[in-house]
This record gives sequence, structure tokens and C-alpha cells, in this order.
Amino acid sequence: MHDILKMIARRLGFGLGTLLAVSIIIAGAVELLPGDLAQEILGQSATEENLAQFRKELGLDKPVYERYLTWLGGMVQGDFGKSLANQREISELMGVRLKNTLYLAAIAAVISVPLSLFLGILAALYRNGIYDRTVNVTTLSSISFPEFFVAYILIFVLSVHLDLLPSISNISEDLDAGERLRRAVLPALTLTLVVVAHMMRMTRAAIINLLASPYIEMARLKGLKPGRIITKHALPNALAPIINVVVLNLAYLIVGVVVVEVVFVYPGLGQLLVDSVSKRDIPVVQACCLVFAMTFILLNLLADVLSILSNPRLLHPR
Amino acid sequence: MSKIQELEYLAKQGRISRREFMERAAAAGITAGMATTLMAGTALAAPKKGGKWRFGTSHGSTTDSLDPGQFANGGINQIGYSLRNHLTEVDYSGKLVPELAESWSASDDAAQWTFTLRKGVEFHNGKTMTTEDVIASINHHRGETKSAAKPILAAVKELKADGPDKVVFTLEGGNADFPFIVSDYHVAIMPAKSDGTVDWQSGVGTGPYTVESFEPGVRYKGKRNPNYWKSGYGNFDEVEIITIADVAARTNALTTGEIDTMDRVDLKTVHLLKRRKNIKIEEVTGTLHYTMPMHMDVAPFDNHDVRMALKLSLNREALLKTILRGHGVLGNDHPISPANRYHAGDLPQRTYDIDKAKFHMKKAGLSNLKVKLSAADAAFAGAVDAAVLYKEHAAPAGIDIEVVREPNDGYWSNVWLKKPWCMVYWGGRPTEDWMFSQAYAKGADWNESHLDHDKFNKLLIQARAELDENKRREMYVEMQSIVRDEGGTVIPAFANYVFASAKNVMHRDSMAGNWDMDGTKASERWWFG
Repeated sequence: MHDILKMIARRLGFGLGTLLAVSIIIAGAVELLPGDLAQEILGQSATEENLAQFRKELGLDKPVYERYLTWLGGMVQGDFGKSLANQREISELMGVRLKNTLYLAAIAAVISVPLSLFLGILAALYRNGIYDRTVNVTTLSSISFPEFFVAYILIFVLSVHLDLLPSISNISEDLDAGERLRRAVLPALTLTLVVVAHMMRMTRAAIINLLASPYIEMARLKGLKPGRIITKHALPNALAPIINVVVLNLAYLIVGVVVVEVVFVYPGLGQLLVDSVSKRDIPVVQACCLVFAMTFILLNLLADVLSILSNPRLLHPR
Repeated sequence: MSKIQELEYLAKQGRISRREFMERAAAAGITAGMATTLMAGTALAAPKKGGKWRFGTSHGSTTDSLDPGQFANGGINQIGYSLRNHLTEVDYSGKLVPELAESWSASDDAAQWTFTLRKGVEFHNGKTMTTEDVIASINHHRGETKSAAKPILAAVKELKADGPDKVVFTLEGGNADFPFIVSDYHVAIMPAKSDGTVDWQSGVGTGPYTVESFEPGVRYKGKRNPNYWKSGYGNFDEVEIITIADVAARTNALTTGEIDTMDRVDLKTVHLLKRRKNIKIEEVTGTLHYTMPMHMDVAPFDNHDVRMALKLSLNREALLKTILRGHGVLGNDHPISPANRYHAGDLPQRTYDIDKAKFHMKKAGLSNLKVKLSAADAAFAGAVDAAVLYKEHAAPAGIDIEVVREPNDGYWSNVWLKKPWCMVYWGGRPTEDWMFSQAYAKGADWNESHLDHDKFNKLLIQARAELDENKRREMYVEMQSIVRDEGGTVIPAFANYVFASAKNVMHRDSMAGNWDMDGTKASERWWFG
């Protein structure tokens, strides 16, 4: 246990370094984009004079490293700063969006993780049979279509034709829990269709991989039922790779859903990031990217810890 | 729908006139007496209060703010008009009418304007509007400011109160259209703070709706201002303006009843949407137009014949049909639309004429010509396709247009006004003077074709201060013909504003064309039938 804690501490330390590196890269990258906030906001109606005034008021005329250090100074004290475009507190701007994003990711995860494990185990059990092939073909097709296409098909069937679910999921704070859930179902289903294949295939492959091992053969020779062999003997040993894939997909559900957000008008973090990049609102871009980077760092850490717990040998790589 | 029901419906919508109704009713075999009775029944219903209007707009970004100086898209403009009023307004029929100003008058040289404020108008917070509020609101765009409205108010030399209910603007020169300027969506009247600046942050105004919640780029929710001073306006109990950037999502939301109105209908599928029983398509010809300005001081565009050859080698009808699917009117190389007061309708329409184009090429001493045209869909949807069409149309005249595809990102800062020939769109301006002074006058910030025409510049100043209608019309017509024949801007088409509503969303017998969505004042003007 002590070893695990040491590893966690070390990884968190690395994580901080990664975040710092990410923030420097982001600041540099946004700087490389053509135009700045003043030009993007004023757009066609910009004149030299009010551009200059705009930059002066927001401090955009200062060199990039100076702006970065000011921002970093605030950040270290836990102050995300204000959006340059509309002077709102970023923590406030992002808080609601982050909650929405996590909410959607949670619903999608609750549907997709058990579903794909279940499908994967069954596929391993009845491998190469008609069930296995059907599941493979279906999930692989749903992952191969672009997300917005899957979304449109779902809207067309479930919303326009059957009138079961709303076509847009513009959830807001004042909706009651039931209505919120109802509005989040379609995007969650879309995301489920997108991530199931990956997790399902990994479960199947990891289990099948083990089925050739001597201890499984022993179990079979003992006369155990195939279902029991897979769930009790093979699955615990196959958990490490499965956990990794599951966690990778969880990260995707949080950071990679901008297309789904646009199609369903879901007010999540992705849309905020896209808007801020296109308007060059650097503090907001930074804040979003740090949240995304943190998601990856923490989830990866979680994956490793869970893998080690399921298989302590991993703590001592040879 | 039977013929008669359809006619009744059209008449109710105000889409056919009384005369047309009678004629078509007669054609359908209805007696005149009967038709008159029917027509009486179709008289436009008076606005009714109530309901929650949900509007899905393509515009809106998380970077939007309630500062009217930074308003930059139709979504936030609609919110602005829901919260606030202006001194004057362009009404649903396109006329300039008093709003927070009760009346106004000009000095003989049109250089001094006195606006008398309406009495007893209250802000949402109960404060009564005074001259201080008006002055602070106008000054928000003057002097040291980042407001986009600074250029249009730059001519205001002095602004002061005269008694408790009058404000006096002194301009640098005469401007007969000045009352139009203060109707601009930037120049909203907001409450003044004690330090003389203006309170835009709270969203408090004198307008038809209050701010219940505002999440930039997501939604605005407003409740009816119970004290709204206009009658027949601000009819909805609640309004919700939702940003739905994806056109397919917007269309789905409308067809499934999630929203009542959408803007920017997808022109490729509008014929399918039209078939839906509970949805109506609305279309208004406005001042929105596409331009392709050539820098007139850069070769080869400094040659009049080259410019004429280029203007003649574009098939406008084909462009209108393919890019706009017919939802627009042909442009005649000047920026004044049929919706403007002094539109020169008598100028002959410029057509696609390869022989004439060749003639001008020969006169310029050229047998072939290679030019670059910069385009990106940031200029307008379909701009790149339009450029490619142009290339095909011009080829027979020996003109080789190389279409340069520019990035959408930063188009307005890196391509427009920088590249010698590019694609642009203009939201249009309510007055001729405004349009010409901003984009065609010598020294204007946005003189995109670098036009510098002595006669034109002189006429512009004369017409601006001219108070006689007929003389003004003559001058503006002449200016349109100068821009058309000697200018450097190809203006192929005016695009209609096309939007769609549920059938029960009603509006008056005409809609303003100065901006999209009934002059972006749909929330104030419309109602549920």
C-alpha cells in the first residue's frame, strides 16, 4: 500500500509539471493564431482607433510573456481570472459548463461501461458465433460513422418520428431532475454508440487472450461451466487492460464531445473552448485546457492505481 | 387547404393585398360581396398578449457581452432590443419613427439636432429616464472608447441637455439622416451611473423585457416588463433566445416544437421545410448584400476597362439561382437596395455580356487577364462556391480568375481591406448616406474599393445636408450610377432574410428589412395568434 501512495504522490508531482507545460504551450499556440481578441470581437466593424483602445483597456498591448506571468500569478493563488471578452469570472463561467459536461459524461458512462463489459464478456463466451459477429458488426459500424451522423439518425428516429425525446438538450439550472435527465438521454445515447465498440472489443480480446493459458485449461478440465470460467477465472486477470480502455473512454466522454454538444445544443465545456479559441479569449482557453489536461492526468492515474490493485505484480515492472 | 382557405390564410399573413385577395377570390368563383365579407374576417388580428416565445438563433458566442458597443451578431442584437430602447427606431414598415424621443427638429443646415424626450418612461428598476441617461448612453461611444459605434458618432461635436427633457447634438457638418444614426443597435439608452458612465452590466433598460438570466452563447431568458410604455408591443409573457449554431439542429428544434422561431433557414432544404403543416417560411428583402471590392489603385484594377470587363463577365442570375437558391434580388453594382428610400430602380440592370466584356478587354489592350480573387465562407455562406462560379463565367472573356481560398479564421482582419480583390458581405445600412460614407467615401475606414471620385465625394456631402426630398433623391440616384459605372465593386446580389416560425407566431402586415428578424425586433413586435 505504501508503494502505491508513493507512486500517487510522484505522479501528482509530474502532473503539476505537465499542467505548467500545457499552459505554456497553449499561451504560445494562441499567440501564433492570426488576429487577436480585439479584432475577432470587433470583426468587420473594427477601426485602427478602437482596436488600439480595446487592446489598451484589456492589456493586450503588453508582451505575451508579461500577460502569461500575470495569469500564472493569479492561477497559483487559485484565481482563474476574468474572461477578456465579457469580464465575467471564469470560475463562474466554467463552473456551470463543467458540471454539465460531467453530468453528460456520467450518464453516458453509466450506460456504456456496463453495456460494453456485458457485450464483451458474452462475445468472448460465444466467440466466432453469430452473436459475436452481430455485436462486432453493429458496434464497429456505430463507431465508424461520424458522431454527428449518429446523432442525426437518433434525432430523426427518436425525436422527429417517434416523438419520444426532445431534439435539443438545452438543459439549464432551473429544470427539475427528471426533465434534465430526459433531455440528456439523446446525447448520452449518441456518445454510448461512439464509445461502446472500443471497450467491448478490448474486453473480448483481453478475455480471449487468457483463454489459452494453462490455468483456464485446468478449469475447463475440472468441468466448470464456460460462463463461470470467464467471469471467475479469466475476467479478474483481464481487468488491467480493460480498466485502461474504460478510463481512456471516460476521458474522451469529458474532453471530446464538442461535436455532440453542437448538434444537441448542450451547454458544455467543449463549446466554451471552441468559442474562446475563435475569439482568442486566452484566459478562458487556458482554464478549459487545464481542466482537460487535469482530466487526463487524474484519470490515467486512476487507471494505473486500479490496475495495480487488480494485479499487484504491475507495481514491480521487470 | 382549399383555395379559399389558402387565400384567407395568405391575407391574414399579410402576404397578399386586399386587391389581390379580391381578384384571386373572383378567379376562384367567389362573388364580390362574399369576398368582401371574407376579407373583413381576415383583417389582421390585433396583437395579443401571452405565451412564451422561444427563438433559436444561429448567432451568439460565449464571448458576447451586454455592452452594446461590443454587439457584433444578430443574437445579441435581438437581446439588446429586448432590453432597451433607442431615441428613434426603424419601424416594422421601414419608416423612421420616434421611440424614446417624442420628436426631433433640426437647424436649417441640419447640423444641430434637438431631441425631445418622452416623459415618464421608466427603466426596469423604476428609475425615470432623464437627459443624463441619454447623454451618458451616447457618450459611451464617444472619445476614449472601444465601442464599434465610435465611427458613426464621430461627427458629434457637442452633446448637451437643454432643459429637463431636451438633448441637443451639434454636428461637424449637416446630416439630414442623423435621426437614423441614433436608431442603430449600438446606440441604446441605458441608465447612467453617478460617475457619468453608463450601466450596461445589469441589462437594465426601458425595453419590453427584463433579464431573468443571461448565459452568453447559450441562452437569454426575459420576462415582460409590466410597465412597458408602448402598447401593442412586448406581447410575449416570456422570451427565451437560444443559440443553436448548427442549422440542422435548429431545423429539428423547430419541427419538433422545441422552439417557435428560427433564423437563417437552410436554403438547400427550405422547400422541404415548407411542406410541414405547422411551419411557415418568412422572407424579407433587406439591405444585406454581397460585394467583391477591387482596390482601384492596384493594377490591374486601376484600369476602368478591366473593372468593366470583370463586372460584365459575371452571370448574376446564375449566382442568385445557385448560391441563394433564388432567395434574393439581383445586384446592380451599387449598394443601395430596393428596401432603401432612394433606390435607383431605373438604372438598367447590368447583365452577363461576354461580347461587351471582350470589348472592354480589347480597349484595355489585353487579350487575356489573370487575377486573384480571395474567398472564404467567413465572408458569407457559399462565397467560395460563388468565386468558383465567377471563374467559370469569366473564362470565355479571356479572364482567368484564380480563386484563392483563405482561412475563415481572421478573415476580416487579414483578408478584407488587405487583399486587392475579395469576397465581402454587408449587413447594409438604413440610409444611403450611412452606406456611402462608411464604405465608398474618400478616407472612410472601410472604403474597401479605395474609391476616390471627386463628384461622388462632393455629392455625398451636399446630399447629407439637403433637406429637400426630391433634390436628395436626384443626388443619391446619381451617386448610385457613379458607383455602378465607375466604381470598383462588383455587387452581384442582395440576399433575402429567410426565417421560419410556427404558424401561430404572428407579425404585422409587413416586416422591417433593415436587419434580419423584423429589424431584429421580433421579440418586441410579434405575438402568438
